[in-house]
Amino acid sequence: MIKTLDLVPVLPEIFMAVAGLALLMLGVFRKEDNTRPISVLVILVLGAAMMLVSSLGAEKHLAFNGLFVADRFAGFAKGLVLLASAFSVAMSLQYLEKERIGRFEYPVLVLFATLGMMMMVSANDFMSLYLGLELQSLSLYILAAYQRDSLKSTESGIKYFVLGALASGLLLYGVSLLYGFAGTTSFEGLHNVFAGGDGHHVKPGLGIIAGLVFVVAGLSFKLSAVPFHMWAPDVYEGAPTPVTSFFAVAPKIAAICLFVRVMTGPFGDLVEQWRQVVVFISIASMFVGAFAAVVQTNIKRLMAYSSIGHVGFILVGVAAGGELGIQGVLIYLAIYLFMNLGTFAVILSMRQKGRLVEGISDLAGLSKTNPVMAFIMAALMFSMAGVPPLAGFWGKFYVFMAAIEAHLYTLSILGILSSVVSAFYYLRIIKIMYFDDAAEPLDRPVGRSMALVMAVSTLVILAFTLVPAPLVTGAKAAAAVLFPAAG
Amino acid sequence: MFTALIFYMFAGIAVGSGVMVISSKNPVHSVLWLILAFFNAAGLFLLLGAEFLAMVLVVVYVGAVAVLFLFVVMMLDINLVEFREGFLQYLPTGALIGVVLMVELLAMLGGWAFAPDIDALIKAPTPTLDQASNTVALGKLIYTNYVYLFQASGLVLLVAMIGTILLTHRKRTGVRKQVIADQVNRSSKSVELRKVQTGRGI
Repeated sequence: MIKTLDLVPVLPEIFMAVAGLALLMLGVFRKEDNTRPISVLVILVLGAAMMLVSSLGAEKHLAFNGLFVADRFAGFAKGLVLLASAFSVAMSLQYLEKERIGRFEYPVLVLFATLGMMMMVSANDFMSLYLGLELQSLSLYILAAYQRDSLKSTESGIKYFVLGALASGLLLYGVSLLYGFAGTTSFEGLHNVFAGGDGHHVKPGLGIIAGLVFVVAGLSFKLSAVPFHMWAPDVYEGAPTPVTSFFAVAPKIAAICLFVRVMTGPFGDLVEQWRQVVVFISIASMFVGAFAAVVQTNIKRLMAYSSIGHVGFILVGVAAGGELGIQGVLIYLAIYLFMNLGTFAVILSMRQKGRLVEGISDLAGLSKTNPVMAFIMAALMFSMAGVPPLAGFWGKFYVFMAAIEAHLYTLSILGILSSVVSAFYYLRIIKIMYFDDAAEPLDRPVGRSMALVMAVSTLVILAFTLVPAPLVTGAKAAAAVLFPAAG
Repeated sequence: MFTALIFYMFAGIAVGSGVMVISSKNPVHSVLWLILAFFNAAGLFLLLGAEFLAMVLVVVYVGAVAVLFLFVVMMLDINLVEFREGFLQYLPTGALIGVVLMVELLAMLGGWAFAPDIDALIKAPTPTLDQASNTVALGKLIYTNYVYLFQASGLVLLVAMIGTILLTHRKRTGVRKQVIADQVNRSSKSVELRKVQTGRGI
């Protein structure tokens, strides 16, 4: 039966769902162009949802018969996801209006995708995991194909859809194997089975391992980790730029948090079985991200490979596991959010005579034509490369520290090597901006929302070194709830 | 004995019609074979005691999906010869992959084990028929324990609907839509009655 108490932890999600429906009605019944008012309302809804999430407090609540969990970890992840979505809606609006492709469904779909992500990070059962994942993915497929008159956009939508459906199939197959073994899909139930709660430890059979690997493969696709990354560059390049900026941040955060919860929860006692898989995926992602990005000329494609590389670094923390590793993952995610938002704000401002440009060479001579933007981009690139005083360095620092604590020396050394390679292409962008002659200057001014996002993200990556405490302690508390025995 | 016979009948026809779906030359025939396959799968569900699933399979897959397929197949102008080109060319590779998958599945299932306390773990065991029918049992679960999943599926379907409209709906000019209010509000002055003499015309 539904109890009233059940509804309290789910309040942010219920609020978002109802608000989404209401905004949809508003959009349909108001006849004039209402992309702007609905975008503003969606940002307000996301803000209100964030307040609701933070008002839930630190306690762990289970709801709906254990299908849904709201704890500190979920709260932290939801905060990041909501922040990323709100910023992306704000950044998209200007683009949609300039390109005259604004439709009110855009912000509403972002809202539903965000709702799906919230459900993902709060999933406590494979069934609720899958439904959250599908709600998110389906909205993202539509957003990728959003610019339906552009061949590239529709192509990226179809590609994403077909490969995403395949990944969902893999995930479901894995889940069905696990269900066949344990007779339950709940995370607690599976955890108890694998932990051998009643004394006798179960040796995981071939079927369990196959199921585990299928689940990891399905989730890795959503993370765009190598070898399941093929879709990412094409989709990132083809989708309209604000959609790409949304793809690169919020869904990644949600998928990684989900991955962490699945790996530490039901599979927490199968570490020996999954660690080698995650280590492999992590190394492969870091290297493919680093080497493939070197030859890119399109900045959106470059960002796709860059995000694949970052996923590799984040997975170092997952492979390390433990409270320290997960804390590193969460810190990295928060920093990744700001670095990517800032970079995409710059990319979205790359216009020459009103026309949008995407080439890396179009940034040439930016230091002379727009020194402020060049400085911001340079700071972001240094941070992405992991140059010490900036936040990006600390993200890498925490995950590699955790890896060394967990005695994963090979992984750490390979990771740092690939980080050196990836520094090459980040620094190349800075070189192009500061030392190349400008072919044609980029348009100015860049618009208020872009300037705001750039300013906020630069401030965060500069300030993190000085005031790391709020983020670090928040991440520590969030990571601690996943390891009740240790804490 | 009798159940076994029925099972082999349903299973055999299902597999046979499945083969016919991919091998028949005419796509309309393929869809018709597909419908037969669905009916036999429904029969298999009935044998398992899942009568609700059986009925839903017939209603949804035969009633809606297969008929939709039929419409699409009939409306699309598919060049059959071109369509079938290369079919044999892919056959060996496809068959090889199929065999490999089959062997792997068998290897995996060969070492299958159930969790020791699996019976206690099953959250919602299927009640026997004298307690409740399938439909009742499912209904009791969907609207209570699993209401969260039920509502979430609703949202997924809503997003699919928004997507369809967003990606395919176009505002067309020059479409004459019926506006009933305008028709009702027409004043009698816009209509003129005239007497026409026979054989003259106006």
